[in-house]
Amino acid sequence: MSDVPAVEAIDLVKRFGDNAAVDGVSFSVPRGSVLGMLGPNGAGKTTTVRMLTTLSRPTSGTGRVSGHDVVAEPNAVRRSMGLTGQTATVDELLTGRENIRLIGRLYGLPMKYIKQVSDELLERFTLTAAADRIAKTYSGGMRRRLDLAVSLVAHPPVLFLDEPTTGLDPRSRSELWEVLRGLVRDGTTLLLTTQYLEEADQLADDIVVIDKGKVIARGTPTQLKDQAGRASVVVTLTHEADLAQAEVLLRDCVSGVHVESSARRLVAQASGLADMTLIAGVFADSGIAIDDLGLKRPSLDDVFLHLTGHRAELAADTDVEESAVEEAAR
Amino acid sequence: MTATISTVNADPPIEARNLAQQSLTVVWRNLLHIRRMPEMLLDVTIQPVMFVLLFAYVFGGSIAVEGATYREFLLPGIMAQTMVFSSAIVALGLTNDLEKGIVDRFKSLPISRSSVLIGRSVSSLIHSSIGIVVMAVTGLLIGWRIRNGVADAALAFLLLLLFGFSMIWLGIWVGSLFKSVEAVNGFMFTVMFPLTFVANTFAPTEDMPSWLRFIAEWNPVSSLTASLRELWGNAGPAVSDAAWPLQHPVVMSVVWSVIFTLVFAPLALAAFRRRSRD
Repeated sequence: MSDVPAVEAIDLVKRFGDNAAVDGVSFSVPRGSVLGMLGPNGAGKTTTVRMLTTLSRPTSGTGRVSGHDVVAEPNAVRRSMGLTGQTATVDELLTGRENIRLIGRLYGLPMKYIKQVSDELLERFTLTAAADRIAKTYSGGMRRRLDLAVSLVAHPPVLFLDEPTTGLDPRSRSELWEVLRGLVRDGTTLLLTTQYLEEADQLADDIVVIDKGKVIARGTPTQLKDQAGRASVVVTLTHEADLAQAEVLLRDCVSGVHVESSARRLVAQASGLADMTLIAGVFADSGIAIDDLGLKRPSLDDVFLHLTGHRAELAADTDVEESAVEEAAR
Repeated sequence: MTATISTVNADPPIEARNLAQQSLTVVWRNLLHIRRMPEMLLDVTIQPVMFVLLFAYVFGGSIAVEGATYREFLLPGIMAQTMVFSSAIVALGLTNDLEKGIVDRFKSLPISRSSVLIGRSVSSLIHSSIGIVVMAVTGLLIGWRIRNGVADAALAFLLLLLFGFSMIWLGIWVGSLFKSVEAVNGFMFTVMFPLTFVANTFAPTEDMPSWLRFIAEWNPVSSLTASLRELWGNAGPAVSDAAWPLQHPVVMSVVWSVIFTLVFAPLALAAFRRRSRD
């Protein structure tokens, strides 16, 4: 049993009319690990999660949760997983405690157990003080935490989180990350989708990058960063007029030099601090004034740019058509 | 803290629950909504009471009714209208839950998916029934009376519930088809007002132009209203040239309810399932 992956997707496809929202996605999530599904809006992340959580029927392909097939044994799948949706699906007119009770009752948990477990969950997610207020009065971060608490009432071994921190301020976001790390420590398997490269980097053991319904890269955060190439050195000049002369100087010491169109910046490949020192010395001797000199390690954002040719954040704003497809999925 | 972790992590003692228990849980949740937002009941309390008062005192004097006072004639009409609007209540509640992702949440649980619909239907019937009680009390205050036996009176209330039940399927269908609460609201009110006004609810059909009279007398809402009036003794017998349904209103109320259920239940279930599948 222990070698059965917590979640498996094998060539999952979901078509809406002619449009394939998910176009052959495969991955496997070992028990107790965290998979980050990274991609812009409309990439097919939500649709994939909806298929794996039995909310949407795959057009083709196989999905399994704790070894149970999502189409053949939907109730077994539902018993072994919890889902926290893109928009926090708490009932606004119920109190925090009542929200937990509602889902607990539907799971078939006895009242006595629900009382005990809801006290513990409210405590754990620092909602005890707000437990008897209706959820409408909660802040965004509190709603997400309540949503998560509700998902955990029957202690599912697998938890799906669809963009758990979208729309949260940085403080609430890092608080939620801490909560998620706690769950992982307790042995829960997480599959989380995110548009934030930093979030996948912070939480995930493995990452699959999804774009236009396809997996375009996979690996550990480190592997993906390696794929995006080596570190680079960034030189920002004080005067734009020095640009040509600076470029010549830089080409003498390092390779891969290019001028960033935006301003007075030059970027070059660098293998490490030795190159930095060299460049600093050259510029000091030449008398060209520089504002800044820095070593830039590739972020997951660079990975995304490298893989797709466009920046993730930019994609999120412009892929309106595809987000309409995911909208239709709901 | 140790205790916390041990309980949360222990295998939860999940018990088998049947459809009725799951549906009741959904009803509990829907009724909590009414308790938290009592203004949700305005549509079955203040609004119909206003209708009663407006019609009874503003139009009442100029609408002549055979065999009863206008106020007695009016009350069954308002009650029928209140029950027909239960379809709008269901539709709005369902669309709201779909929109907010609550239905998704329920569907991700190991429960029967019908419990969402059954729970919604039962709570809507309770919602509308509260309206019927309010109407009855208002009616008694302004002179409406039940003039026949207990059995007839009870049958009339049963017919109201049966008709309301059949209208709920229409509500589930509309609620599953439309994507926003605003759209449902617009659609339901566009359908419900002609349906409840082009009928014998507020005025006798005899004086309508013949084409309109034909529509009004075949309108299922007229059958329901006429059956209530007959069973409660709130009107004289149907005029001799009235359409067949008005000559046999009790039977026809049952027939219409069955037809609505047979037509709308499959449509509603298919639409809800379609909305659920994707």
